[in-house]
Amino acid sequence: MEIRPILASLRKHRIPAALIVLEIALACAVLCNAVFMIGQRVASIHWSNAIDEQGIAVITVNGADPKLAASEIPRNLVALRGIAGVTAVAAATSMPLDQNPALSPFVAKPDANTTVNTSVYFIGSDGERAMGLRLLQGRWFNAGEYAGSGFKNFSSTGHVALVTQSDANRLWPGQSALGKTLYSNATGWTVVGVVADVLAQDPKFSGPGGMYSSVFFPLQPDGVMGDYMLRSTPQDRERVVREAVQVLGKLQPGAVVEGKTYAGMRSDYFADSNSMVWMLVLVCVVMLAVTAFGIVGLTSFWVQQRRRQIGIRRAVGATRGHILSYFRTENFLLSTTGTLIGVMLAFGINLYLMEHYEMNRMPWYYLPGSAIALWLLGQLAVFGPARRAAAVPPVVATRSV
Amino acid sequence: MFGYYLDLALRSLKRNKVLTALMVLAIGLGIGASMTMLTVLHVMSGDPLPERSGQLYCPQLDPLPLKYQQSAYGPDPRLNFTWPDAMALVAAHRAERQAAMAGGALLIRPAQAGLRPFYVDGRYATTDFFAMFGVPFLRGQGWSAADDAGRTRVVVLSDTLSRKLFGTDDSIGRMVRFGDADLRVIGVSADWQPKPMFYADASAKVFDDADQFFLPLSTALDLKFDTNSNQSSWSSFEGDMKSPVLTWLQVWVQLKDAAQVAAYRQFLIDYSAQQKALGRFERPPTQARLYGLMNWLDRQNLVPADVRLQLWLALGFLLVCMINIVALLLAKFLRRSGEVSVRRALGARRRDIFLQFGIESAVIGLAGGVLGLAIAQLGLWSVRHRPDDYAHLAQMDVSMLIGTFVLAMLASVLAGLLPAWRACRIAPALQLKTL
Repeated sequence: MEIRPILASLRKHRIPAALIVLEIALACAVLCNAVFMIGQRVASIHWSNAIDEQGIAVITVNGADPKLAASEIPRNLVALRGIAGVTAVAAATSMPLDQNPALSPFVAKPDANTTVNTSVYFIGSDGERAMGLRLLQGRWFNAGEYAGSGFKNFSSTGHVALVTQSDANRLWPGQSALGKTLYSNATGWTVVGVVADVLAQDPKFSGPGGMYSSVFFPLQPDGVMGDYMLRSTPQDRERVVREAVQVLGKLQPGAVVEGKTYAGMRSDYFADSNSMVWMLVLVCVVMLAVTAFGIVGLTSFWVQQRRRQIGIRRAVGATRGHILSYFRTENFLLSTTGTLIGVMLAFGINLYLMEHYEMNRMPWYYLPGSAIALWLLGQLAVFGPARRAAAVPPVVATRSV
Repeated sequence: MFGYYLDLALRSLKRNKVLTALMVLAIGLGIGASMTMLTVLHVMSGDPLPERSGQLYCPQLDPLPLKYQQSAYGPDPRLNFTWPDAMALVAAHRAERQAAMAGGALLIRPAQAGLRPFYVDGRYATTDFFAMFGVPFLRGQGWSAADDAGRTRVVVLSDTLSRKLFGTDDSIGRMVRFGDADLRVIGVSADWQPKPMFYADASAKVFDDADQFFLPLSTALDLKFDTNSNQSSWSSFEGDMKSPVLTWLQVWVQLKDAAQVAAYRQFLIDYSAQQKALGRFERPPTQARLYGLMNWLDRQNLVPADVRLQLWLALGFLLVCMINIVALLLAKFLRRSGEVSVRRALGARRRDIFLQFGIESAVIGLAGGVLGLAIAQLGLWSVRHRPDDYAHLAQMDVSMLIGTFVLAMLASVLAGLLPAWRACRIAPALQLKTL
C-alpha cells in the first residue's frame, strides 16, 4: 500500500488527525495504568494462604472474664467438639486477615534489626489441626509445650515456635531453620517446625516482604484467646457457625459472641479491592467504547467529505479493496502514532503514581499489550466507515464535476 | 439573536440524531464519572463543625527522645499526648476552653432480659468537651471539673444508646453496667456525629463511628477501661497509662481570636522549654505546634489514596470524552461549510458564526449535564454500596448539583471553541463556488 498519498491527505486535515492521535494516546495511557491496577488487585485477592480456608469457622468471644479462662476455655472446647461434623477445635488469639494486627519484629541474632513486622499467632492445643496448617519440616508442638507456655507482655513465655517458609528463607537463607533460635527484644525461641506460608493478620502493616511473615507460639488456655477455630467440611461450615454461636452464647452469657466462616472473613478483607476492580473495569470498558465511537464518527465524516475523491479513484481503476485498505492504513498510521505517544505517557503516569501512591513499577508487557488492544480497537472502529467508503459508486465522480 | 441561534442549534442537532446522542452520551459519561468522585472528595473534606471550626485548635508537643526513629508504617507518636502533658495543658487554662480525651470501646451488660451484652464506642474526656464542641443535650448535662477531680462514676449517653438500653431518652439517674462498673446517667445527648470525627485519632473509622457515651477521663483511668486510640511508647511504660513515655490522649482547645492563638502558641513553646529544662523533653521547644481544625484535617490526609486515584482516573476519562467531542463537533461544523459561507456572504460576521456554534456546543453541554447528573447519582449510589467507612456520606448537595452543570457547560463550551473557531475561518468565496 502506498503511504505517501495518505500522509499528504492527513497533512491537509491536521486538526482532526491530531485529535484522533491525542484521543488514542490518552486512552492508551489510562488503559495501561488501569489494567495494571486491576491486575495487582486481582492478584492480591488471590493471595494463597496455607490454612484450610474453606473448612474453618471462626467464633469470636469478647468480654469473657480473663481470670476464668483456664477453666472456661477447655469447657467451651469440649462443648464445641460435640457439634456434628466438627473434626477439630482449638482456641487462638487471632486469624490471618482478621485485621487485628499483633505485630513484632523477629530476627535471627539478638541485636539485629528488621523492617519486617511479623504477625504473631498464639494457638491452643490442637491448633495446627483446627487451622489446617501444613508442616514442611520438623514437628508440631507437643502436649507439654502447649501446657507449659504462657503469655506475658505480648510475647510467649514458652521456648518453641513455628515459622513460615518465607520467614525461614528470609532469616536463615540457605540453611535449615530447624533448631535455630528466633529473637525478639532479646528473648529467644527455638524453631521446631517450618509451615507453608500463612498470610499476616493485616498484610498492609507488615512492611515490604512481610506479607507471609507469620510466627506461631503454643499457648495454654489464656484470657487473650478470643477466637475459637472449628474445622469441618465446606458443606457443613455455615451450620457449624450457627450452632457454635448458640453453644457459646449459652456458655458465656456475659460476653459478646460472633461467628463467621473463614471464607467470609477473607472476602471481607478484600471487599475494598473487589469494588475497586469493578469500578476500574467499568471505566476501561466505557472509555474504550467512547474512543471507538469517536473514531467511527470522525472517519465517517472524512468518508462523506471525500465521496468525490473516492468516486474519482474508483472511476480511474481502484478496486473496492483499494479503498478499504486506504482507510485502514490511514487508521493504522494514526493508531500507531497515538499508541506510541500513549505508551510514553503511560510510563510517565506510572512513574508519578510510584512516587505518590505506593504503586509498583509496571511490567514492560503492559505497554505493548494495551498498544495492541487500541490498535485492534481502531481497526474495528474504522471497518464500518471504510466499507461505506468502498461502497461509493464510481459514477459519483461524473455527477458532481 | 440568541433565540434564533438556539433554534438553529436545535434544528442542527435534530438533523443528525446519532451524532448528537453520541456527543451528549460522551459528555454525560465524563461528567458523571468526574462528579461522582468530586462529590466523594467534597464530602470527605467537609467541615465537621461549620459554626465552631474557626475557633478550634489542636496543639502538638514533641516529647520524643532525640534518637527516636519514626517507622514508615507505624503512627507518629507525636500526634497524641502523654498523660502528664495533657493534664498540664488542661490545668493551665490558657485557652477559652480545653479538653483532653481518648476513645474507648466498652462492653455493656444490659440489665434487661433478652438483650445480649454488646460493645459500644464512646469517649473519655474532661469537662470542657461538651461546651467546646457544642454537643447538644436532650436531657441533663455533662459533668463538672469537680467530677473530673473526684473520678465520679457518671456517664452521658447518646439518644440512640439510651433508647436501646431503656426504651426512652429519659434515663437520667439510672445505672448502666460498663464492663464491671456501674455508672450513673447524668445526661442524654442528641445523636451527634461530626463528619469526620476530627477529635479521634487516626486509628478510628472517622467517617463512620459516632460516640455513644461520654464519661470522665479520670473515671475511665480509675476503672482501667481500655482505650482504642493508638498507644505509642518509646521506652518501657510497664502498663502505666500515666507514664510520661506513652502517648495516647488527644487535646483540643478553643481560642477566640488571633491574639489568643499567638499567645497559646507561645505558651506551648514556653511549656516545652520548661520541660526541656527539667530534662524531660530533648528536642527544641520550637517543635511545639498549634493547628487550626481544618488545617489539622488537611494534614491528616483523610482521603484514602484509592479515592484520589479514582478521581484522577475519572478526570482522565473526562479528558478523553472532551477530545472526542472536539473531534465530533469539528466534523459536524465543517460539514456545514456551505451553510456558513452563505451566511457569511449575506453579511454575518465571524463573531456571529462563532456565537452560533458556541450556542450549539452549550446546548450539548446542557443536555450532557442533565445526563451527567443522572449518571453521577447512579455512581454515588454504587459508592454508597461500597464497604468503606465513608460510603454512606456519598450524597450530592446543592453546591455539587450546580457544580455538575457548571462543569458540563464549561467542558462542552471549551470543547466547542476550536471547532467554532475553525468554522468561522472558512473562506466563503471558495465554498460558494462549489455550491
